[in-house]
Amino acid sequence: MPDFGDIAVASLICLGAFFLFVGSLGLAKLPDLMRRLHGPTKATTLGIGAMLIASMLYFLMKGDEFSIQELLITTFLFLTAPVTALMVAKAHLLLDKSERKNLPPTGRDVDWSVYDAPRKTQQSENVQSEGN
Amino acid sequence: MIATACAIALVAISAAMLLCLYRALVGPDMPTRILALDTLTINAIGLVVLAGVYWGTELYFEVALLFAMVGFLTTVAYCKYILRGNVME
Repeated sequence: MPDFGDIAVASLICLGAFFLFVGSLGLAKLPDLMRRLHGPTKATTLGIGAMLIASMLYFLMKGDEFSIQELLITTFLFLTAPVTALMVAKAHLLLDKSERKNLPPTGRDVDWSVYDAPRKTQQSENVQSEGN
Repeated sequence: MIATACAIALVAISAAMLLCLYRALVGPDMPTRILALDTLTINAIGLVVLAGVYWGTELYFEVALLFAMVGFLTTVAYCKYILRGNVME
């Protein structure tokens, strides 16, 4: 007769593995990069999150002291996943010339930040001179 | 029961890693390959945490933490190389 903790740990492990698989399946199956970016975010947050909660629960049940490392890994992954997605999307925007035509106009004399270097505008010069 | 769940999860994560490897080999452009390598690292972290639960040691969490840090750094370095043509400026 398995107790409640074993069932919780086992189901959390299965849930985490399911979401890791779904994330990679989305990565392999979806047609272009902007859509492929969706899959791995699920794998990072839900998949790894469920696995780490499962291991935290398991070691708590085993009677060891509460370990902080799982929380560290969770925090680190949750902080870095958006940065990774942003960098990959910026690299894609830079390399793929057809994406540039789909972007709306900025409404200013500078282009989008991936394509155009920051330029000194009249407004920023005024702000600077007022500051001085 | 936990051992059975670990076996199921091992099969699922291995299949996920094979899918990532397929995307990294086939992927038409460079950002797709970078994304596939990043997802491969995420799956490796899941595998390491799973091994820690299966063998009942807390030794593997440092490995998972190192994997998370090195995976993030390599991804950002690759993207930086594409964006700027250089890693350190």
